[in-house]
Amino acid sequence: MFENIGEIVLLFWRTLLALPLVWRQRQKVFEQFFEIGNASLLMVCILSFFIGGVLALQTGPLLTEKSLGSYLGGIVGYSICRELAPIMMSILIAGRIGSAMAAEIGSMRVYQEIDALRTMNINPIHYLVLPRLVAMAFALPMLVIVAILVGWFGGAVVAEGNNHIGLSFQAFYFSLRQFVESKDVANGIFKTFCFALIIAVVSCHQGLMTIGGPRGIGRSVTKAVVNSIVLIVIFDYVLTRVLMLFNK
Amino acid sequence: MNASAPNPYGVSVQVRGLRKSFDGQEVLKGIDLEVRPGEIFVIMGPSGSGKSVLLKHIIGLDPPDDGEILINGESIQTPEIASKYRLALVFQSGALLNSLTVGENVGLYLTEHRLKSPEEISKIVSEKLEAVGLKDVADKMPNELSGGMKKRVAIARALVIEPQLILYDEPTSELDPLSAVVIGEEILKLKNEIHVTSIVVSHDRELAFGVADRIAVINDGRIVTIGTPDEVKKTSDPLVQRFLNADFKRDPPKPKAYEKFT
Repeated sequence: MFENIGEIVLLFWRTLLALPLVWRQRQKVFEQFFEIGNASLLMVCILSFFIGGVLALQTGPLLTEKSLGSYLGGIVGYSICRELAPIMMSILIAGRIGSAMAAEIGSMRVYQEIDALRTMNINPIHYLVLPRLVAMAFALPMLVIVAILVGWFGGAVVAEGNNHIGLSFQAFYFSLRQFVESKDVANGIFKTFCFALIIAVVSCHQGLMTIGGPRGIGRSVTKAVVNSIVLIVIFDYVLTRVLMLFNK
Repeated sequence: MNASAPNPYGVSVQVRGLRKSFDGQEVLKGIDLEVRPGEIFVIMGPSGSGKSVLLKHIIGLDPPDDGEILINGESIQTPEIASKYRLALVFQSGALLNSLTVGENVGLYLTEHRLKSPEEISKIVSEKLEAVGLKDVADKMPNELSGGMKKRVAIARALVIEPQLILYDEPTSELDPLSAVVIGEEILKLKNEIHVTSIVVSHDRELAFGVADRIAVINDGRIVTIGTPDEVKKTSDPLVQRFLNADFKRDPPKPKAYEKFT
C-alpha cells in the first residue's frame, strides 16, 4: 500500500515537472477536455438537478413547519456549493472518466503500446499522463460550476412547486444570496480541483501498472475507481478542515 | 536526436553475463554475445527459452538483475543512450497505437520529437509505407489491417527513426509464407541499403537461415551455440540438431498406451 502511495506521489511529481511541455501536448489536452465534458455534461446536469431537488424536498417541509422556510435557499445553496456538487460530481467522474483512463492506458500497457512509445524515446508520462491531468484539472471544476447552478435551480423548482414548501423563486434566490458568499463557491471549486488531480493521477497510475491480460485491465479499472473514491472522501475531510482555518 | 542525419554504420551490441529472474524463476542464466556493426544476428530457440526477454533487455525496456548490455561500448541503462543512438524494436504484435491512424503511427516519432513539418512528415510516412509495400493505408486504423500489414507498418514506423540498431521480435509469426518472404527481404534490404545492425528473434528456420550473418541458439536461458548459418547447421549439439531438423512425420510411432490396448 505504501509503495503504491509512493508511486502515485512520484508520478504526480514527474507530471508536474513536465508541465512546461503542456503546450506541445495541447491537442491531446483539448481532446481529453472534450471527452470529459462531452461524456459527462448531461449526466452532471441530471444528477445535480435532482440532488438540489431532493435536498429541498427533505428539508423544506420541516423548515416551513418551524417557520424557517426562508432559510431554505441558503441551506440548499450552501450545501450544494460547498459539499454536494464537488464530491458527487468527483465520484461521478471517477466512475465515468477515471475508469476509462485506467482502461485505455492499461490496455496500452498490456498490448505493448507503452513499450513501443519508450523505444521511440517518447516519455509515456508526457504523452499520456500530462494531457489527462491538465484536462481533468480544468474540466472537472467547470463541470462543478455547472452542477452548482443546476443544483440551485433544482432546489428552487422543488421549493416553488411542492405544496408543503411553497417558496417562490424570488424568495429562494434572496435566501441563497443572503447565506452563500462567493468564497463558499470558491472553496467548493478548490476542493474539486484537488479531487480532479487525485482522479487523474490515481487512474493513470493504475493504468501504467497494469499487468496480465483483459483480467488485469479489469482489475486496474476497479482499483482506479475505488482508490479514487476513497482518496476523494479522505481528502474532502482534510481539505474542509484546512479551508475552515483559512475562512475564520 | 536527429532523424534526418545520415546513418553510415550500424552500432555494435555486447551482452555480458546477463541474468534475469521473474518471481524467483531465472529466465536468463548468464548470456554472453556480441553483435557486430551492420550484421544480421538471429537468435533462435524454442518457445519460452528467453529470446523475447533478451530482446527487451537489449533495447533497455527491462533492467537486468546482473550483467550489462553495451551499445558501441556504452551501457544501455545510461539515460543519454536513447538520445545518442537511434534504436528501434519491431514488436511481435506490431504494438501500433490503436487510437492513431496508420499514418500517425508511422510518423509518431517525428511528430513527437518535432523533427519535421507536418507536410514533410506526411511525405516521409508515404515513402516508408511504400518501402514496405503498403499504399493507401495511411488513413486506416490499425484494427482494419491484417496481421502481416500490421507488421509491415511496424517496420515502416521503425524505418522512420532511421535506426542504427533494429530489433525484430518474431517478425514472421502468424504470417503466410509469401508475407514472411517479404518481411525477410525487407530485413536484408535494410542491411544492404543503410547498413543497420539487425537482431532478429525468431523460431522460423527458413527466415533465420535465409537472412542471418550469424545465428545464436538459445535454450533454457543459455546460449547453446553461436556461429554462421553453416556452422550452426554442422554443430553436433543434439538439442540444436533436434530443433533444426524437427519435422512432421506422416506415420508417427504409435503411443505406448495405444499399443497396449491393440
